[in-house]
Amino acid sequence: MLTSPFKGSTFSMIVVVSLLMGAAGFLIKDPYYQLILSTIPIWATVALTWNLFSGYTGLISFGHATFFGLGAFTVALLAIKFGISPWYGLAAATFVGGFASILIGAITFRLRGHYFALAMLAYPLLFIFVFDWMGWQELTFPVRRDEPIRFMQFADSRVHTLIGVILMSAILLLTLLVERSRFGLAMLSIKQNELAAEAAGINTFRIKMIGFIASGALGALVGGFHAVVLQVVTPHGVLGTVVSAQALILTLFGGVGTLWGPVIGAVVLIPLTEGLRAQLGHILPGIQGVIYGLTIMLVMLLAPEGLYWKIRDLLAKRQKRLLNTDAKLTHEPRSGALVMAARAPVATEHSDILLKVSGLSKSFGGLKAVQNVSFDVRRGEILGIIGPNGAGKTTLFNVLNGFQKSSSGSAELEGRSTLGLRPNALCQLGMGRTFQVARPFQRMSVLNNVVVGALSQSRDGADALAMAHAALVIVGLDGKADAMVSGLTNLDLRLLELARALASKPQLLLLDETLAGLGSVEVEEILQVIQRLPAAGVTVVIIEHTMQAMTRLADRFVVLDHGQVIAEGLPSTVMSDPAVIRAYLGKKWMEMHAAA
Amino acid sequence: MDPVVVENLLQRILTGVLVGSIYGLLCTGLGMIFGVIRVINFAQGEFMMLGMYATMLIGTILAAIFGLGPALGAYLAIVVAALMLAALGWSLQRYVISHVSGSRVVGSENEGHFAQLILTLGLSLVLSNMALIVFGSSPRTVQSSLASTSWTVGPFTDGSITVFVNQARAIGCVAAIIVSITLYLFVQKTRAGTSMRAAADNPTAATIVGIDVEAAYARAFAIGTAATALAGGLIAMYYPVHPYIGVEFVIIMYAGVVLGGMGSMLGAFWGGFAMGLIQQLSTYFLPFPLQNATIFILFLVVVLLRPQGFFGRSVERT
Repeated sequence: MLTSPFKGSTFSMIVVVSLLMGAAGFLIKDPYYQLILSTIPIWATVALTWNLFSGYTGLISFGHATFFGLGAFTVALLAIKFGISPWYGLAAATFVGGFASILIGAITFRLRGHYFALAMLAYPLLFIFVFDWMGWQELTFPVRRDEPIRFMQFADSRVHTLIGVILMSAILLLTLLVERSRFGLAMLSIKQNELAAEAAGINTFRIKMIGFIASGALGALVGGFHAVVLQVVTPHGVLGTVVSAQALILTLFGGVGTLWGPVIGAVVLIPLTEGLRAQLGHILPGIQGVIYGLTIMLVMLLAPEGLYWKIRDLLAKRQKRLLNTDAKLTHEPRSGALVMAARAPVATEHSDILLKVSGLSKSFGGLKAVQNVSFDVRRGEILGIIGPNGAGKTTLFNVLNGFQKSSSGSAELEGRSTLGLRPNALCQLGMGRTFQVARPFQRMSVLNNVVVGALSQSRDGADALAMAHAALVIVGLDGKADAMVSGLTNLDLRLLELARALASKPQLLLLDETLAGLGSVEVEEILQVIQRLPAAGVTVVIIEHTMQAMTRLADRFVVLDHGQVIAEGLPSTVMSDPAVIRAYLGKKWMEMHAAA
Repeated sequence: MDPVVVENLLQRILTGVLVGSIYGLLCTGLGMIFGVIRVINFAQGEFMMLGMYATMLIGTILAAIFGLGPALGAYLAIVVAALMLAALGWSLQRYVISHVSGSRVVGSENEGHFAQLILTLGLSLVLSNMALIVFGSSPRTVQSSLASTSWTVGPFTDGSITVFVNQARAIGCVAAIIVSITLYLFVQKTRAGTSMRAAADNPTAATIVGIDVEAAYARAFAIGTAATALAGGLIAMYYPVHPYIGVEFVIIMYAGVVLGGMGSMLGAFWGGFAMGLIQQLSTYFLPFPLQNATIFILFLVVVLLRPQGFFGRSVERT
C-alpha cells in the first residue's frame, strides 16, 4: 500500500508474464493455438477492467457488457459509416465508454449490493433491443486490403495477439498503480464498509465514479479491439449476458479484487473452453458446457475466494516451513507524545460556540424521531447527550453528520450551515464521528484503517501515514498498528474507531455510544482517552444512555426524550431534574417515591 | 372509441392477467430463495426449464401408461415434476449452496456472494447444457389441444366486441393463483413458515432462539424451486421449451421480484403479475424489438426510484 508501483516483485512479474505471453504469441504459428493465444489476453483484459471497479469497490456489476458492446459498436459504426480507421475508432470507443459510465453511474450509484448488481443487468439488454431496432443485427467491417495497417486488418494474425498482450499489460500496470495508491485504499474502504468510509471523509460517490469511468472506458476499449479482431459485430454477441458473465467468472475464479485473479482465470478457463469445444463439441454438443460448469462449481467449493488465494496460501505454508523463525513482527511502542495539531480554529464572533443546532426536526412518516431540538456545543467542552433508548440520539447524530436529511431546522459549524452536506464533506470541514456498532474495515490492518481516516486531510501517502500514526498514539493503539482488525477485542475496536475519526484532525467529534458493551475497567481506559481530547483541540459530543460514567466525563448534559430536549445544563443540575428522572425511571416510580 | 381498438385492448389486458398470474407464481418461487437466503440464483431460469421438460416428458409417459388424454397427463406431470424439483432444490441448498452461504460465510469478505454467483452461474450452465444433450436444441411443445382452444366471451355491444380466453392460459392462471395463496398461507400461518421468515430476517437471532436456520434455508430453496418449476409446467402448456429458455425468463423473474420488493412474497407475486401484464400491453403499443425493452426500462425506473420495491421495506442502520 502507498508505495511506488514501478518496483518490487509484482512489477517484475507483470513484465515477465507479458514477455512470456508475447513470446508465445509470436513463436507459435499453429492457427489453432494462435487462436487461443489471441483470445486469452482479450478476455483477461475484459475481466481486468471489470475487476478494476467491481473487484476493488465490491459493487458487483452484471452489466459490464454494456461498455464492451458500446465499444465494439462505436468502432464498427465509425469504420462502416464513415470509413474511419479503427485506431481512431478505439480512442472514440474509450471516450464513449467513459461517457456512458458517467450517465449510468450517476443514476445507479443510489443502489447498493444486490440491487446495484441487478439494475446493471438491465442496461446491456436495453441496448440489445435498441440496436436490433436500429437494424444493426450484424455489422461487418469493410475489407480494406489497400490499407491493412490503417484498418488493422493485418495479414499476420500474430499482430492482434501482440496488441492484446500490450493492452493486458497496460491494464495490469494500471491496476497495480491503483492498488498502491491512496485511491485504491479508498476503494477498499468502500468495499469493506461504505458508511464508515463516507464518515471517515472519503467522498465515496466520487471514488466510485472515477473507478467506474476507468472500468467502463477501458472495457469499451477492449470491446472495440475484440470487434476489430473478429471483424463482425452483433448485438447479442457483444452485449449479451454471456459477456458480463464471462468477466465475472474469469475474475471470481481467479480471485476477485486481486491483480492476478483475472489473468489466472483467463489462462486456465479460456484454453479449457476452447479445448473442450474442439475435442468434444462436435461429438456431443453441450457436453463442453456441462464440464465447464462443473469445473467452475468445483473450484468455487474448494476455493470460494478464487484460485489466487488458494495458491498464495499453499505457497505461504511452504515458506513458513522454510523460515520457521522470526514469524512474529516485533513492535517498539512509540513514546506517547500527545501532539495533536488540530486544525487552527477559524476566528469568528462565534468562536466560543463551535456547533449551533436550532429547531432541528426529523420525522419518518408519522414518527417524530427528533423534534425541534436546539443546543449549542462550546469549543473545547465534552457535551454528553443522554436519554433513554429510542430517545432519538442516534438519529440526531445521523442528521448532524449528513447520513439523513433533516425535516426542518438548522445546524451551523462555526457559523457555517452544515445541513444538506454529505458526511465526507462534513468530515473535511472538521466533523468526525464514530458508530454505535463498530464499523471497522474488516480486512485491513489497524494502521490502514486509520490511514483511510487520514486520506481526506493528507497531502500524500507519507503524510497520511504520519497522521494515522499520530492518531494511533493518542488512543494508545500504536503497538498494534500491523494487527489485523479481525483479531481485535471490543475495546480495541472502539479505540480504533476513535483513532480513525481522529486521523482527519477533526474539531468536533461525535461519539455514538462509545462505551456500550465495555466492562468497567475498559470504560476507565477509554474515558481517559476521551478526557484528553479537548486539550488536544478536539471538542467532543458523546451519546450514552448509561449515566454513571457520563457524569464524570461530560462538562454539560443535553437530555433527550421522545425526540425532544427535556433538560440541559451541568450534570448535577440535570441529574436532579424531575423531568429527567421521570424519563429514565418512569412516572410510576416518581409517584411511588413522592408518596413515600 | 373504435370497437376494434377496445376489443384489441381488452384482449391484451385479459391475456396479460392470465399470463401475469403465472409469472406471479414464477416470481414467488424466486422471491422465496432470494428473499429468505439472500442468494442471487442464476439457475432459477433453468429450474423453470426443467419444470417445462419434466412436464412434457412425464406427461407423455403418464398419458401412455394410464391412457389419459395428453392434457390431463401433463397436468398430473406438473405435480410430479414440482415434487422432483423440490427434492433437487433441497439437495442443492443442503449440499452445495450451503457451503458458501449462511453461517459458514459470516464475516468473510462479501459474505460469500461472489462464490454464490459463480456456483449458480455454473449450475445454470450445467443444467442448460444437459438439457441440450438430452433433448436437443429444437423447441418442443406439450402435445395438447388446450393451447389452441379458447372460450369465447361475448359478443358485447351489438356483437362488435368479442374476446377469447385461451384455455391453457386460463387453467394455468387459476392453478397459479391457488398455489400462490397456499404458499402464502404456509409461510404466514404455519410453524415451518414462521421459522423461514425468522431465518430470513435475522439468521443469527433465529439461531439463538432455537431455529434450525440451515433446515429453514433448505426448505425455502425446495419450495422456491418447486414453485418456479410448477409455473414452468403451466407455461409449457402454451409455450414451446428449449434448453436456453431459462435465460429468457430469469431476467423477467428478477425484474418482478425486485419490483415487488425483496423479501415480500405478496410483492413477488404482484411484481411477476405486473411483468406479464406489461409484456402483453407493450405488444399493442410498441414495435416488436422494443417490447421487451419496456420491461427493463420500467424495471430500472422502479429500482432507481424505489429500491425497496412496492412491498418491501428499507432497512439500513448506522
